[in-house]
Amino acid sequence: MTGFNPTILAFCCNWCSYAGADLAGVSRLQMPPNVHVVRVMCSASVKPEYVFKAISQGIDGVLVLGCHIGDCHYMTGNHRTAKRIPVVRKAIHDLGIDERRVHLDWVSAAEGEKFQKVVTEFVNDIKKLGPNPLRGVRF
Amino acid sequence: MPRIGVFICHCGHNIASTVGIEKVVEYAKSLPGVVYADHNIYSCSEEGLSSIRKSIEENKLDRVVVAACTPRTHEPLFRRTCELAGINKYLFEFVNIREHCSWIHTKEPDMATEKAKRLIAMGVAKAGLLEPQTESEAEVVPTAVVIGGGAAGLAVASSLAAQDIETHLIEKSSRLGGMLNDISVISPELEETKPLLDAMLRVLKTSPKVHVHTDTRLTAAKGFVGNFELTIDEKGESRNIKAGSIVVAAGAKELVPTGEYGYGSIPGVITQLDLERMLAKGEVPKRSVFILCVGSRQPGREYCSRVCCNVSLKNAMRIAEARPDSTVTILHRDIMSYGTASEKLYRDVSEKGVQFLRYSLGNPAKVRSQDNGIMVEVNDETLGEDIGLLTDVLVLATPMVSMEDATEIAKLLKVPLDKHGFFLEAHVKLRPVEFATDGVFICGSARWPASVRESISQGLAAAAKAAIPIKKGKVVIEAITAWSDPDKCAACGNCVAACPYEAIEIVDSDKGRTAKVNEAQCKGCGTCVAACPNDAMQQKGFTTRQLGAMIDALVKNALEESP
Repeated sequence: MTGFNPTILAFCCNWCSYAGADLAGVSRLQMPPNVHVVRVMCSASVKPEYVFKAISQGIDGVLVLGCHIGDCHYMTGNHRTAKRIPVVRKAIHDLGIDERRVHLDWVSAAEGEKFQKVVTEFVNDIKKLGPNPLRGVRF
Repeated sequence: MPRIGVFICHCGHNIASTVGIEKVVEYAKSLPGVVYADHNIYSCSEEGLSSIRKSIEENKLDRVVVAACTPRTHEPLFRRTCELAGINKYLFEFVNIREHCSWIHTKEPDMATEKAKRLIAMGVAKAGLLEPQTESEAEVVPTAVVIGGGAAGLAVASSLAAQDIETHLIEKSSRLGGMLNDISVISPELEETKPLLDAMLRVLKTSPKVHVHTDTRLTAAKGFVGNFELTIDEKGESRNIKAGSIVVAAGAKELVPTGEYGYGSIPGVITQLDLERMLAKGEVPKRSVFILCVGSRQPGREYCSRVCCNVSLKNAMRIAEARPDSTVTILHRDIMSYGTASEKLYRDVSEKGVQFLRYSLGNPAKVRSQDNGIMVEVNDETLGEDIGLLTDVLVLATPMVSMEDATEIAKLLKVPLDKHGFFLEAHVKLRPVEFATDGVFICGSARWPASVRESISQGLAAAAKAAIPIKKGKVVIEAITAWSDPDKCAACGNCVAACPYEAIEIVDSDKGRTAKVNEAQCKGCGTCVAACPNDAMQQKGFTTRQLGAMIDALVKNALEESP
């Protein structure tokens, strides 16, 4: 798929992943310009509906990034994320969409390099998968 | 229809050298609801801020979007500018086009410009749905509770008392002082403990503001900054205390070895605390061998406990000074004698003839009991040879480990522990004596192994922090809290179960059973929002409509408008 330029949405928690993304920026770590970060206070506030909405409207991939387990600013919020996102992936799969379009990872405020790695690898994975088949489908 | 203004920052060259500012400004003007768009060389400068303020007033803007750096550092500044221009500070939205765009796509200016447009479109879409918010205030109970009566806790209580704050000091054992009771001389200056402890206790005894509760444990806690309700068990009797702030100074303890180097089986194999007790009684061994890092800096307990080197140097010095015919050999992996006084102690100890011998983790000493003493065989890493040392006592310097009740206290106060069971502060550098939970503070060895001096400094710092809400008398709650729409709520209780702060309850209302969020207790994580199956639960500033609009804006601008 040459010329395919995926559109990706990333939910980052305010305390770890968003700060990790900031650190990647401060460190001038280069990465593909496909990922659009939405700041949420905790990864556990990401409703499954957001992911379904994005995927059903043609967004090529959704990243959900939170604090590492044990480091959640809200103690156990990310425990819920850790349980919820696999269920969301299963639902996406059951709808006939490749579940690799939804990826959960942990990025701490100190992990600018990990943010770069997660973003770069996810963009490459999505490029391999090709465009979301629901792109342009209106129902 | 909202009147949105978009302000795009050059950040000098930081953004402008990558992102085509002019193009982005023109694009922003075309977005729905945007009535004004402009750019500034430095939006956060005095000049930039006054220009934004002027534009808000002249164009009667009611929503402001700044596309610049990160809200984590600059949001308060721009919110303040909105307030000065007469609009509610919650009608402000930040778009990050520096850390999240120009700085990470420096070689792709065209792509970065397009991405900046999309990010701004998302921010504008959210901004259009922002609502003014009122920050609520809560009265503060002018009382503090200190958990733990060791060096740190005593420092907290005496400082709070000096600030005229009613203070309850809770100590689980029957006497105050904690580990100060077990050590007679303090490293690295070798000053006596008793006068220090007596002085600290005297301050507490003479202060009518301090209430000491010995043989007392925390059994329940609820509430939030300014209004905690604690239940304590004092000598078997339960009682309640209301408090505005809480300081955890629960300490740590010496690790008791589990059979390493013959501990428990060979007489004369003891810990540093055992040695402290011997020395306090005037029993000074003729021949001593110390082994450092016993049970620390190894797989499973990787951390350095820091204090044990100084304790060992101190005790080596006491032995050398008390008994000129004594010999002390210190087997170490590294010596942690940080700071000027400790480094001086290290040099003084060396000059007294104490021997230092380096061993490696993979090659620990072998210990056996003989008729004429304890034989310690160790491979000297520097010489590369095995050396036999005959000794009367073998002293194991073990690390400080977390208290067994740390988990219980952490659970009751809803604060985190690290993987070794020490309490975890909100931020290592910026908030070293605070928890992320407002109104709860941490100091001393409960946070990390600390010397007496460090425990006291941290205690004084925590006391200063704990006094803030009490002295202010009121706490302001940021309006990012959750609220439930009774018309949509089915009172299923998912949110109640999801909330990490027990801030939600199901109550009767004129619209039937419904979830109700206690605003002062809500920390604004939004976990309940994701748990709500009916879209009844919403978080201010992060509503499902606002986030949905951001997704729509991305879809529209990335998938529908560009090829």
